[in-house]
Amino acid sequence: MIEHAPVLLMVVPLFAAVFCALLGLRWKVVCLPLTIIGLGGALYFTIIAFLQVSASPDHQISYFLGGWNASDFPRGVGIEYRVDLLNGMVLIVIAAVALLVAIFSKQFVPRETPGKEPQYYALFLLLAVGLMGMTITADAFNLYVLLEVSSLTSYALIAMGSRRASVAAFQYIIMGTIGASFYLLGVGYLYIKTGSLNMQGIHDTLIGEGLHDSPAVYVAFLLIFVGVWIKLAFFPLSAWLPNAYSRAPTATGCIIAPLMTKVSVYIMLRIMLTVFGPEYVYGELSWAGPMVWVAVVAIIAGSILALGQKDLRRMLTYLIIAEVGYMVGGAWLLAPGGMARGESLYSTATGLVGTGYHIISDAAMTLCLFLAVGAMIVKAGSSRIEDMKGLFRKCPVTMACFVVGALAMIGVPPTCGFFSKWYLISGAFEAGRWEFAAALLVSSLVNAVLFFRIIEFAYFGKLPEVDDAHGHHQHHDEGGMEENPPSMLVPLVLASVALIAIGLFNKEIAGYLSQFLNTVAMGGQG
Amino acid sequence: MEEFIHSRFNYWIYVILMMIGLWGMISKNNLIKKLIGMSIFQTAIILFYVSIAVKSETANIPILPHHGHDFSPKVALAHADSPYHEEDHGDHNGHHTHVETPKVPDPDGYANPLPHVLMLTAIVVGVATLGLALAITQKIYREYGTLEEDELLEKVRADDHD
Repeated sequence: MIEHAPVLLMVVPLFAAVFCALLGLRWKVVCLPLTIIGLGGALYFTIIAFLQVSASPDHQISYFLGGWNASDFPRGVGIEYRVDLLNGMVLIVIAAVALLVAIFSKQFVPRETPGKEPQYYALFLLLAVGLMGMTITADAFNLYVLLEVSSLTSYALIAMGSRRASVAAFQYIIMGTIGASFYLLGVGYLYIKTGSLNMQGIHDTLIGEGLHDSPAVYVAFLLIFVGVWIKLAFFPLSAWLPNAYSRAPTATGCIIAPLMTKVSVYIMLRIMLTVFGPEYVYGELSWAGPMVWVAVVAIIAGSILALGQKDLRRMLTYLIIAEVGYMVGGAWLLAPGGMARGESLYSTATGLVGTGYHIISDAAMTLCLFLAVGAMIVKAGSSRIEDMKGLFRKCPVTMACFVVGALAMIGVPPTCGFFSKWYLISGAFEAGRWEFAAALLVSSLVNAVLFFRIIEFAYFGKLPEVDDAHGHHQHHDEGGMEENPPSMLVPLVLASVALIAIGLFNKEIAGYLSQFLNTVAMGGQG
Repeated sequence: MEEFIHSRFNYWIYVILMMIGLWGMISKNNLIKKLIGMSIFQTAIILFYVSIAVKSETANIPILPHHGHDFSPKVALAHADSPYHEEDHGDHNGHHTHVETPKVPDPDGYANPLPHVLMLTAIVVGVATLGLALAITQKIYREYGTLEEDELLEKVRADDHD
């Protein structure tokens, strides 16, 4: 049982999805419990898998589907799942976020998509399966299939919202399909050159055959990266994101906003470090200069666009675009000459640690903020920022969690947002990329302005008492406390506790990440 | 130049098809036309993958001979009777045929089966994407009464101001 944890963490929610779709048609009440059981099982197995990895001597475990193990067959025959310290942590984050959102969704799904609970929760579980599969797989083509599993389910989950959501979902389908198809095309070029689809197999052949200067490999890198950048909404390719995320049903927004882009960033890291290898990405290509600048533009543009938004959820989606800029930029921060022979990758790659750490902390921050905003919109009756007046009095716990999320986004210690910015900025200093450090600081300032404006509205803004044109927003028991139900508060409080916990355990997490980078630098052969 | 185009004929077709698909997806105003572009785009990639499986004119499909159908590759026949493992095997008439063969089949005699298998999956993905996109298009038409993107965006903007 235990040695099958890497596959069970996908199988359990997959079967829960099947049963949800079948039993849900007859008994609607089983859907939510089944979803929670499925995701709880997934969370249990991700933790087991991570404990196994951290206990194993070389910090990675391989699981070969169908018994095509690498000792009897060449690597690449059959599909391999591999867990190491980086994706072990990402898997736990995915399962935990999905579980919390499932609990949170209890209030929203019956209201926003009435009568469609079985379909909604089946798709929800499949989305979690797809995201975990993308994270765990060590096979480039399998990654494409699971990418499409998670994309297709998220298109459907978005389109289940209002009528505006279906237009946004259509635009997302077009962009998402272009991205996934470019990725598939790039994998085809790699397959032509290396004859393997296994990520480690591709990497070993690229080095063994000395294919680093091949133009086909260059084209493959280009195609795969354009595809991945569309998927992770890297700034010039991010036009689809704000509409799709802000118009989606509340629970959908809460699961795709923290996970979809973050898993895509993980995919980018995996392709850079495992498939092409640091030797190729940082040695052969010299993209670090322009890439960091594009990331700077993404951060600034996301922050400025967020400033102009009047709608709270829409503002958060622009912040996601800025955060993606953090992570992409951090992945290219490498001190010049850092890849010289014999030198460990980590000694110069604090930026990479920052990117890995930020995947985890940004998932938690985005989750906390989206949950809080979902709950606030219920109480305020509108998603406009100016309608958030007086919310502190009405629902203090919700607002306290929102403040924790906001502080993390700004980067105040001891929340995780501070430490991820710390690692990213130290990486920028090591690499001598002052522009990146400056962009991070500017974006923190903009975040501070954005969030304090909202907090000010919610804390000092008086509920209109006597006169006022906004009389229809006035609730009968003004000033009275009417907190959200526990099914909304529990996930929200847990998410904000997680923000502080991830911050307090930053040494351990960064230690795991640097250990992961060391195995990658040594070739990562398992 | 002519040689350059001739020898990679299928790859040129795939590039042209892909560009047609991309153009359709990006510049067409009608949602259904966008989806047609998407289908062409995905099909172009399938064509690309099937093309890379080809080895030579004489390479054959990788199927073991059975019931008298001989799929053995012509290239292998040139220097051996048949590429298969030596064994007695009876056909359904009950009498045994004995073939003199080299021990290992010559891989050059067969097209690479892997890209075809991958493309079966990609076709399924394409069908699912198209089905979902058509369902969403139907929903859009029911809600807004139009499939022209510019009119749609105008109505969405009007929704936003409510």
